Order: sequence, then structure tokens, then C-alpha cells
Amino acid sequence: MAKHATPLLDQLESGPWPSFVSDIKQEAASRAKNVKGVDYQVPADACDDVLGIMELSYVHKRTHWKHGGIVGVFGYGGGVIGRYCDQPEMFPGVAHFHTIRVNQPGGKFYSTAYLNQLCDLWELRGSGLTNMHGSTGDIVFIGTTTPQLEEFFYELTHKIGQDLGGSGSNLRTPSDCIGEARCEYACYDTQALCYAMTQDYQDELHRPAFPYKFKFKFDGCPNCCVASIARSDMSFIGTWRDDIRIDQEAVKAYIGGEFKPNAGAHAGRDWGKFDIQKEVIDLCPTKCMWMDGGKLVIDNRECTRCMHCINVMPRALRIGEDKGLSILVGAKAPILDGAQMGSLLVPFIKVEEPYDEIKEVIENIWDWWMEEGKNRERLGELIKRQGFQKMLEVTGIDPMPQHVQEPRHNPYIFWREDEVPGGWQRDIKEFRKYHQR
Amino acid sequence: MAFISSGYNPDKPMEDRITDIGPRHFDEFYPPVIKANKGKWLYHDILEPGVLVHVAESGDEVYTVRAAGARLMSVTHIREICEIADKYCGGFVRWTTRNNIEFMTTTKESAYALKADMESRKFDGGSFKFPVGGTGSGITNIVHTQGWIHCHTPATDASGPVKATMDVLFDEFKNMRMPAHVRVSLACCLNMCGAVHCSDIAILGFHRKPPILDHEYLDKMCEIPLAVAACPTAAIRPSKVEYDGKTVNSVAVKQERCMFCGNCYTMCPSMPLADDEGDGIVLMVGGKVSNRISRPTFSKVVVAFIPNETPRWPTTTSTIKRIVDVYAANANKYERLGEWAERIGWERFFEKCELEFTHHLIDDFRDPAYYTWRHTSQFKF
Repeated sequence: MAKHATPLLDQLESGPWPSFVSDIKQEAASRAKNVKGVDYQVPADACDDVLGIMELSYVHKRTHWKHGGIVGVFGYGGGVIGRYCDQPEMFPGVAHFHTIRVNQPGGKFYSTAYLNQLCDLWELRGSGLTNMHGSTGDIVFIGTTTPQLEEFFYELTHKIGQDLGGSGSNLRTPSDCIGEARCEYACYDTQALCYAMTQDYQDELHRPAFPYKFKFKFDGCPNCCVASIARSDMSFIGTWRDDIRIDQEAVKAYIGGEFKPNAGAHAGRDWGKFDIQKEVIDLCPTKCMWMDGGKLVIDNRECTRCMHCINVMPRALRIGEDKGLSILVGAKAPILDGAQMGSLLVPFIKVEEPYDEIKEVIENIWDWWMEEGKNRERLGELIKRQGFQKMLEVTGIDPMPQHVQEPRHNPYIFWREDEVPGGWQRDIKEFRKYHQR
Repeated sequence: MAFISSGYNPDKPMEDRITDIGPRHFDEFYPPVIKANKGKWLYHDILEPGVLVHVAESGDEVYTVRAAGARLMSVTHIREICEIADKYCGGFVRWTTRNNIEFMTTTKESAYALKADMESRKFDGGSFKFPVGGTGSGITNIVHTQGWIHCHTPATDASGPVKATMDVLFDEFKNMRMPAHVRVSLACCLNMCGAVHCSDIAILGFHRKPPILDHEYLDKMCEIPLAVAACPTAAIRPSKVEYDGKTVNSVAVKQERCMFCGNCYTMCPSMPLADDEGDGIVLMVGGKVSNRISRPTFSKVVVAFIPNETPRWPTTTSTIKRIVDVYAANANKYERLGEWAERIGWERFFEKCELEFTHHLIDDFRDPAYYTWRHTSQFKF
């Protein structure tokens, strides 16, 4: 029998989409039954009380969770977010209900052996509820008490060989797309670079020393499946600088209807016969391709690598072979100064171990931001406040037209003194010799 | 309950301590076919909604069956995922960035057996545990935030509106009949942990009432200068307030300047914004993150406010459904929702989607606002 009546939440059990309410109820029932005889280290009825407090929110249309306190594990400033409910007498099982972020493995690939270990640990020392995964990418464990934090961390590191993720004003847990593991569009090994950067910057990840959060995301190609261009202070997007590889026979097969366009992505509707002119050539943003006597021709110098033609004809067109990545910086959600998209800083860089060139860009940016960034100022806001030019200066990158969508709309150029012949120190008396007051 | 020690010694926290080891190496978790063909994939095909095949240079094939997850997931549910992965996938499984679960196998037969098995599993309440779909030009899973299940600043719930929305869009999750893929995201407050600002359809929780000031505790709970500095519109100033016969240090808020971002509450728990009538949902559309054809774009606000209609948010879901249906009926093949709206013009978008245009939808926030006004004599009647 359920501990709390949840008539509103119960209405979220019907309908085809997986119901989180049913799942929480399933966990509550499992804990109540406790077939395996687990000596639960947080209240066994935590899941019942989650449902209870959630139901109350559905009545009040307000959350019942309070700000987090300062809790964590020794030596780390992130990875744990304190959480307390504002009705502890009604819902003692979730009075203390902290979040733990666990750094997800690359590409979110798992062995079941590892997942089962995590489940056993979280069943014993937590509520048994998780997010697979949090928005940044972590495995998020929802709901444990302060005394369990060190115990959880000890077992996580000793038995499972796994570390926490980031929270607070630090490097947040980096995340990557599936990349070369199972995608023909990947221009670099996103998992390898993500892993290397995560390992190299463990100190930045665990010990908050930044003005605010900082996110790395690794997208293998301009399709941007992990949304790095919109969501990360530093976005690493795979690209190439030679020619798209063309298999003319396969192009013919698409035209002839043997291959379904866009890997079959549009198969649910009759869009008519595939028309390469209308569906590929005319939609090319730079109009750099055409048919010449039954052959597809691409003027690669004019191509901006938008991926459309490759997405439509993956069996005929492949990314180039001189691959690397572009670095864009400063993306963020609207808080506070409005949303920002990533801005191109490094058009092309090779992705080669030990990634020294990439790390140099990262560390120059960090040095600047840590020196000049205000409290809770994201990198994108600092770039706006001090100017793109300043960022070029601190990173030692030369300005180029690729950096802008278009040149500036106003002539209010902040000339530097050393750029103007004769400098700025002038003599008013000399001036007045020729110009009366 | 007896306390079970992990071996950690609180008197000597550094004893045997392991730190800074990072995540486990991805290489341990690749299925053999992935490990063998990494970086050597030739092409892929979507065989049917939710079932993909990737073909490698070696001729190897990997079949992927994609199923939705609720993101909020119990260990019991994860163990069931593990059971399935053990039975069909050699003990490996992965998640996508949009909360889908991918099961991989090397034969078509086992992929279809897996799919049939997954689709037969239901929760006691009747919903599918693992609906298969979410590929191609359809509507895949919603990325979202915590909401009322675990967050202190939300203006709406997350899991509830997501469940309600995906129930309404379920046929599109199971199909691939949209002009292009449609990415739906939800963030339960303006902090946008879900970064919904570049989604085809964004569901955003928003407050509409300025903070209530808990003068009795404000100076004890908060650093007043931080609360003052947190306000992007400089609406907060330090203030001495008469409270209960005493003069206390607190803050004053110029309410007409409040943009309801909640940043003050993040810094100061004595300034709550949450309100049953004030809070609700903003709908934004037309954003994207892909560089395909057109550049990445921000989502635009098209519905300024919908109340929190618990438990199933019917106005929110029906409005989303209407936008999706009109888009599907009118856009060209490959055209994203925002590209379509720009091609036909936003005035036409509002007309076709039967959405009211109100003053709330004209940007008045700082410099970027100007760039959204119409600077041409070209418009449609």
C-alpha cells in the first residue's frame, strides 16, 4: 500500500510514454519488499516520500526543495549538491536528499557489470533514483544523506574505480558525441579527446577556482549532436579542410532510387522520387555543387562543410581526410545577459596526442578569464565586455575574416596608441599656434 | 538500519584516499564490434523507426535499437536494461545525449527479437518501459531538467510536462514523417540547465512575480551585496527595513524592473519567486544547433505564458501539437521548424499556428532586441 495518496501524479501513469511515476512507485515497492535484505543506509521509504512531496508540488504548483547547503567530500569542491526539503516533518525520508554527480564514461557506453555495481551502491547508500543522465552529461544520483557522502565516494573510487563529476564554479563534466565509435561523420576521436581533457584537468574539475561554471563539449562534426555550439564555453567541433570524398556510383544509386536519401530518415512519408537537384544541390548554402554529365561536382574551396549533402547521401559522400576541429567559445544559456552562441576562435586545429596545441588555447583562455572574469561571469560575457580583440590578444591568435559573420557596423574603433603615428601625447601650445581659441 | 562502513576512516580522511581518477576509460565499455571498427564506419541506414544499421569498411555491421528513457530512472529499471543488454547485446548498452537508450547487436535477427522484447515490456501503470523509435525525421526524446522532483528554483515541473508532451507526440516518436527532425527541450527555469535556447520547440518554466522579501531572515541567510549584484537590471538595493518593531538590514526591490530571472533567489534563499499563479510555461520555437544548411539559431518566444496546469499541462501540450502539425503540413522536406517560419515569415507563422501575437513577444532586452525588429518595408499582410 502506498505511503502517500498521489491522485495527481497517478494521472501521469497512463499514456504510452514511459512514466517516471510508475518507475518511482516500482522502486518504492522494491524497497518496501526488500527481497535481497539490503540494509538501506538512507530511509527505505525515500521513494515514497519523493512521491509525496512531488504530489504536494502538483497541488501547490511550487517546488518544495530548499537551497543546497555546503556538503561534499573531503578535498573536492564539487560533485555533490546539497538538497533539503521544506517539509521534513511530513516527508522525513527526503529531509536530506543530496545529489551526487558521477562523471559519465565517454560516449555514454556502459558494460552491464559496471552499471550493476553502480546500482548496488546507490541502492545501499542512496534513494535508488537516478538521472540517466543530467543535462551536462553526468550520471546523476538523486537523494542521499550527508553521512553517506564519504562512504559512497570511498566505495565509488575503491570498488568501482570511478570519480565524481563537476558542479559549482569549476570545469563541469566534459561530454562528447558518439563520434568515431559508431559514426561515419566523426572528424576526430571525440571520446579520446574528451577523456584526455577530463583527466588532464581533474584539478579544475574538482576544485572550484573559476569565476563561474565552464563547459567543454566535443562534437565530432558540424551536425553538433551534443549541442556544443549552444551550450559550452568551449566547443570543439570536428571539421576537415580538404575535399569531400565522392563515390559517383553511389550518387547514381541515390538518383536511381536504390539508396534511400538521408539514410532513410524520411521514410515515414511519401516525399516523391528523390531529386538530387532539388534536395541537395539547390539546398547547398554556398551553391558549390552541380551535376556535370551525370557526375556530381563539388567546388570544395567554396564549401563551408554544413553537412547537408553528406547527411542526405551518406553512402556517396564522405567527409574529407585532412581532419581536425574548430574551436568556438563563449556559448551559454540566457542567464544573465542573454543567450550566446559559440563564436569561432580557432578555425582549424589538428587533433593529435598529447593535444598540446589545443591545451594551449584552453589555458590561455582560462588565464585570461580567471584574471579578468567577475564573480559569476561566463566566458561569453567576458568576451563581450572586454571585446573579441582582447581574446585574440590573450590567445595570440591573428584576426581573420573567418572570425566574423560580417565586419563591424560602426567605426568606433578602439585604436591603440601604438597604432597611430606620433602617438597620443600632443602639445596644446603647438596646436594653438595654428588654431585660435 | 545499522551504519555500514565502506572502509572510510573519518579520523583519517586521507588514508588510502583515491581522488582525481576521472571516469572509467571508454575503451572498457565498447561492445567488441564497436572496438573493432572504431573510426572505420562507412555509412548507416535507418531500417525502420528506432532501428539503425551501421556498416564498417570491414563489412561488419552493428544494429542499434533505440528506445526512450524517462531520464529519471530507478536502479530497478536500470537493472532491467542490464538484463536486456546481457540477453541480446553481450552485456553492453549506451545512452544518447537525448536520454534514449541504445542496444547494439550484430545481427538483424537479434535486433528484431530485441525490439519485440522491449516493446512488450510495460510498467504496472500501463505505459511502455522501452518504446522504440526516436530516429530520423521524427520527434525524439526531450532533454530536460529536474523540476519539482529535485530542484529549488523551478517555475514548472520537468518530468511531468515531458511525460504529458511525449504522450501527445508519441506517434511522431514512433514515426519519421516530419519534414526534418524536431528537437523538443524543457528547462524548468531561466537558468536553463537544459539549455533549451536552441531547440525547435522549447518549453521553459518562467516566473512572473518579483521575489517576496523575507526581511526577518534575509540578512542572516544571505550576503546582501551578492543579492544586489545578482540582479541584471539593478532592481535590488540594500535597505533598512522596519520589521517587528526593529530596524533590520535587508533589500528593497524595484518591482517594475524585475525580469523574473530568479538570479537573486539563487544567491539569496530569502527572496523566493515561486508562485502558483505567477509561474508557468513560455513556449519558444525555431532554434537549432546543427550547422546544416543554415547556421545555428536561437529559439524565439511565441507563447508568452501558459499556466502550470497540473498534472498534464493540456494547454501546453495542445499548443505544441498544433505547432508540430502545422509545421509538418507546410514545411518543405529537410526544412527545420525555424527555417520554415523564416521562409514564410513570422507573421504568417502566427497566423497559421493560430497563435496570438502580444506585446510580450517583441524583444526589449538590451542591444540584441533592436536586431529583431523589422528593418524593411517587406512584410506580408
